[in-house]
Amino acid sequence: MPGKLKVKIVAGRHLPVMDRASDLTDAFVEVKFGNTTFKTDVYLKSLNPQWNSEWFKFEVDDEDLQDEPLQITVLDHDTYSANDAIGKVYIDIDPLLYSEAATVISGWFPIYDTIHGIRGEINVVVKVDLFNDLNRFRQSSCGVKFFCTTSIPKCYRAVIIHGFVEELVVNEDPEYQWIDRIRTPRASNEARQRLISLMSGELQRKIGLKVLEMRGNAVVGYLQCFDLEGESGLVVRAIGTACTLDKLSSPAAFLPACNSPSKEMKEIPFNEDPNPNTHSSGPSTPLKNQTYSFSPSKSYSRQSSSSDTDLSLTPKTGMGSGSAGKEGGPFKALLRQQTQSALEQREFPFFTLTAFPPGFLVHVGGVVSARSVKLLDRIHNPDEPETRDAWWAEIRQEIKSHAKALGCHAVVGYSESTSICEEVCILSASGTAAVLNPRFLQDGTVEGCLEQRLEENLPTRCGFCHIPYDELNMPFPAHLTYCYNCRKQKVPDVLFTTIDLPTDATVIGKGCLIQARLCRLKKKAQAEANATAISNLLPFMEYEVHTQLMNKLKLKGMNALFGLRIQITVGENMLMGLASATGVYLAALPTPGGIQIAGKTPNDGSYEQHISHMQKKINDTIAKNKELYEINPPEISEEIIGSPIPEPRQRSRLLRSQSESSDEVTELDLSHGKKDAFVLEIDDTDAMEDVHSLLTDVPPPSGFYSCNTEIMPGINNWTSEIQMFTSVRVIRLSSLNLTNQALNKNFNDLCENLLKSLYFKLRSMIPCCLCHVNFTVSLPEDELIQVTVTAVAITFDKNQALQTTKTPVEKSLQRASTDNEELLQFPLELCSDSLPSHPFPPAKAMTVEKASPVGDGNFRNRSAPPCANSTVGVVKMTPLSFIPGAKITKYLGIINMFFIRETTSLREEGGVSGFLHAFIAEVFAMVRAHVAALGGNAVVSYIMKQCVFMENPNKNQAQCLINVSGDAVVFVRESDLEVVSSQQPTTNCQSSCTEGEVTT
Amino acid sequence: TSELDIFVGNTTLIDEDVYRLWLDGYSVTDAVALRVRSGILEQTGATAAVLQSDTMDHYRTFHMLERLLHAPPKLLHQLIFQIPPSRQALLIERYYAFDEAFVREVLGKKLSKGTKKDLDDISTKTGITLKSCRRQFDNFKRVFKVVEEMRGSLVDNIQQHFLLSDRLARDYAAIVFFANNRFETGKKKLQYLSFGDFAFCAELMIQNWTLGAVGEAPTDPDSQMDDMDMDLDKEFLQDLKELKVLVADKDLLDLHKSLVCTALRGKLGVFSEMEANFKNLSRGLVNVAAKLTHNKDVRDLFVDLVEKFVEPCRSDHWPLSDVRFFLNQYSASVHSLDGFRHQALWDRYMGTLRGCLLRLYHD
Repeated sequence: MPGKLKVKIVAGRHLPVMDRASDLTDAFVEVKFGNTTFKTDVYLKSLNPQWNSEWFKFEVDDEDLQDEPLQITVLDHDTYSANDAIGKVYIDIDPLLYSEAATVISGWFPIYDTIHGIRGEINVVVKVDLFNDLNRFRQSSCGVKFFCTTSIPKCYRAVIIHGFVEELVVNEDPEYQWIDRIRTPRASNEARQRLISLMSGELQRKIGLKVLEMRGNAVVGYLQCFDLEGESGLVVRAIGTACTLDKLSSPAAFLPACNSPSKEMKEIPFNEDPNPNTHSSGPSTPLKNQTYSFSPSKSYSRQSSSSDTDLSLTPKTGMGSGSAGKEGGPFKALLRQQTQSALEQREFPFFTLTAFPPGFLVHVGGVVSARSVKLLDRIHNPDEPETRDAWWAEIRQEIKSHAKALGCHAVVGYSESTSICEEVCILSASGTAAVLNPRFLQDGTVEGCLEQRLEENLPTRCGFCHIPYDELNMPFPAHLTYCYNCRKQKVPDVLFTTIDLPTDATVIGKGCLIQARLCRLKKKAQAEANATAISNLLPFMEYEVHTQLMNKLKLKGMNALFGLRIQITVGENMLMGLASATGVYLAALPTPGGIQIAGKTPNDGSYEQHISHMQKKINDTIAKNKELYEINPPEISEEIIGSPIPEPRQRSRLLRSQSESSDEVTELDLSHGKKDAFVLEIDDTDAMEDVHSLLTDVPPPSGFYSCNTEIMPGINNWTSEIQMFTSVRVIRLSSLNLTNQALNKNFNDLCENLLKSLYFKLRSMIPCCLCHVNFTVSLPEDELIQVTVTAVAITFDKNQALQTTKTPVEKSLQRASTDNEELLQFPLELCSDSLPSHPFPPAKAMTVEKASPVGDGNFRNRSAPPCANSTVGVVKMTPLSFIPGAKITKYLGIINMFFIRETTSLREEGGVSGFLHAFIAEVFAMVRAHVAALGGNAVVSYIMKQCVFMENPNKNQAQCLINVSGDAVVFVRESDLEVVSSQQPTTNCQSSCTEGEVTT
Repeated sequence: TSELDIFVGNTTLIDEDVYRLWLDGYSVTDAVALRVRSGILEQTGATAAVLQSDTMDHYRTFHMLERLLHAPPKLLHQLIFQIPPSRQALLIERYYAFDEAFVREVLGKKLSKGTKKDLDDISTKTGITLKSCRRQFDNFKRVFKVVEEMRGSLVDNIQQHFLLSDRLARDYAAIVFFANNRFETGKKKLQYLSFGDFAFCAELMIQNWTLGAVGEAPTDPDSQMDDMDMDLDKEFLQDLKELKVLVADKDLLDLHKSLVCTALRGKLGVFSEMEANFKNLSRGLVNVAAKLTHNKDVRDLFVDLVEKFVEPCRSDHWPLSDVRFFLNQYSASVHSLDGFRHQALWDRYMGTLRGCLLRLYHD
């Protein structure tokens, strides 16, 4: 018996009236774990019962501890008839199973019923006594930590990053079992919730076992998803990155996290023996201080397995290891060799991380993606989910080969998703091909002087932009120039990636959210025919999405995309594509050329005029955007740089591909010349529409910025006010003569209006930035489009934000052109550069705000402290991995919750909007309650993975399924003062930079 | 327009302006129109559609919050809406705030279904939306129901169960007190009085004329008929009959008059009027006291005070300062009446009455 679970039921409050006669309730509680059930006494006639029960003890295997949720049911006792259920609470006890997380779960939990929603609260205390298990062949993986955060969690250090872990489990969906016909909706919903909870536990345990096999102790970037395949079953799958993490012990050793949040930058790669003290939850580098460069490139590939044609856009060139640049050659080759050996042992050298320890990411090749259309059939044997496994393995192979073609051995920022409609399923995977530093990938024993040498010579600061592939044998046509930062290596003209902007990258100006939106009508069809139709449409969708992104990027005067996420959604009669990314101007990449419009019928005078009018509008927009996003790169004439630009390129022609056959698509030239303007040929009304829609995208109102990455490039002075929100919209298309054009317009308007509404709603927070804006599209029915957005609005200090980036950029440019050896100390130097008079800010006291929640209101204009006896603590929620102005001191465990809500009185509950509004509010409440019970005061890396909404207004019914996850944490607020040990070269601390700014 | 359109924040967004419109009972359409008129579109560059969606959203939120606002402590302890304490206080305070015009219409009326039916007329008369009238009426009734059976300080009870500010809790105490004793406030001759005037009087009466005022609970545990602060002290009302002697006994009345006149001679601008009217005024004030044993007469208290005292003085153009001089002297002189044995009773009566009369004496 490796564990003893102890549960105590303390009290209830705000219970619903169950006995109409007395207006009271005779409540008691059933506590169930596995097959054991305990009951409390009945507390007669009260809406606020005080059970104060004994400790209920369950002796269980730790395997069960991991898989099973604790199930608490509150009932109303009825002498004469069956007891009525009031509601349930499911508690995941996983956080109690590893030492550094929570030690007790104690607090008020909302009592939830799938039909009535939240009905009062119950106070529960849960503890676990774990006995040491000496059994080496155990099936459990207690002790492996899970994090949703896609970077190394603050207050940990990555010793080794082992790599990809994945698992999936399948089962029959209770909703589709025969028994569902005779049981109540409530019973069916509860069966589903319980099953998914069990499957999640099992999945997590299995992944944990894999991590232990790899000798890791944690999973970072853990992403678990459900595929509701309907008749054919229920799939729960997860991916993550196995790591060995070290807890940074003394909190005092932390560098202060400046107001600027930002990813973990703990390691100083140049230091052989990394001092743990430098692994701070630090904030790191204000982006404006670095000059970085990147290499762009895009690789699009997709797979459509229902047809055998390989539609990959990426010609599969054998990737030679030829030298990529003059100086860097030998080292690069060495590095490649070593990385290769480190990575080749892995079946899939994938990483779900989107932000990395410094020095980890060497080069970035570009986005790789693969899609596959599958026909679902019943899963016959749930214990052998091979079919689904094989599907994913296939896709991952594809991704791997695309990465190889880009001269990369690894894929970072990797994610997988599905879209299901009836029996057709599109599987998608995407990531960013990259070359990694092997140091983090293997045990320390391998570290030798070779590696040391390698590191010294790594072109870290702009290195990730440098192309990893062979210039003479490029996998796709691209336009290369010498890096605008170091002038030594080649960079592409545009860079697309799925990762966050590296913290040490130099950007010019601010970033912005860029979206490509697209709809394509599809004939309704069955099975094979349907799959084929979808497969045939996919290449066009990808192509158009890509074109739109490129156009919009150029229109913004920017040259790189981060956090790119392309979602293709399948419906009965249409396909939707939605790509979101954050555009930036990378200082290392060339200035993007403009967009030039070419007319087709040059003889028509008025047409010419129209074209030139449009051209003017486009030029004006670009100029305006440059001003808006403060993009003013230093003027450097080409002679001075001596940049040898390869032969002048021909203007690339962008073909409209809609009517072309798929064979031709593979020939498409997706590259776009640099100085040569990007030519948009207006050869039909469609193209005209597109140009118009380009110009109709309205920038956010003044004072607002938005991005879909963790932090907004160019803003680093966050203040502490945050507001996380979810917004859902559904529109009904008028089914009359729907055309692709009309669809596109509807979809575009839907997204734009949604954004406008958000800006309006959050106007009191100005100046502020919407971060991690995450759109998901679904097509719940024939004529319905649903868009769900989750994001966080963060306020920032406007005055500081106005600082220009020019000075530091120039400095680093000069610096970069000097001695190569200096690169060694670059970060250090750069830091002191920016603060000439105060290389290190004096040590200051850090005041730690009590984690106690009350009074930590999110509203700026707080008036008098009001009703003082409020007992509900504030729990912050954010999709980001950090809390601005605060330091995370402890991770309490993963939150992964699944809820179903159903109603048969839709009108009475305020219609679909009232129903869903209440449900989402309830989900937030349950997440907050669980976090508070763990002793936490925030959820970071929060994500709503699924929000499946179905309605049947005629029957007055609706149902919704929501799945959310995140990391429960404890944070302490920093005062403006921070402790900075003067011994440590601060990787960059905001206050110091600010001072630097003032003094220069 | 959208089939479904919602926004849910981890911290519940409260727009004060929209909250006001909602409280004032405007429909979404009217509220949107009013917001457009306020110039918000120009300020923010938003479209009417955005405004519509925003307004709907807030209305939905308020609708969900309303259930909790009916029992404000629930709002504090609930888990569904994360609202900073200052905002919770604002939500509650505004929800329970009422319109002067409305409260004057229902003050002293029984808070029953019958009155509720009259809300239509009140709405028409005052220009306050029927929805808002209903909310205000229901608030009065809810507070009344909750504190009705409670013992202890009325203001404290209200504050504890509704978390209102001190000011608002006192107003509610007055409303509950008036409703409980059914004081007539609607007569034409009382129209010049504001809610504030009545609330002032109510507070004085609660402090001095109720059982709670004596500072002792009824000794007999069965005699819980009288709520401490809600009902007037029956025994005290009975005793007031004893004051009748002040006007019934001719010698006493004359003596009283001469004492007052002696003291005020030369100090009062309206001395001759006072002298001529003394007996009438005194009879009026004492008779009001003597009649308070009948519920009917208790209800007419304010009508009587205005008829018997305020109007006569006003018709003679007494300045307020003279009224004060007179009432002070009138109360004090009784202590020099040797034959009069009910000094304490007189003080309890007259102390409060003097305060009320001074407040009621205006145009």
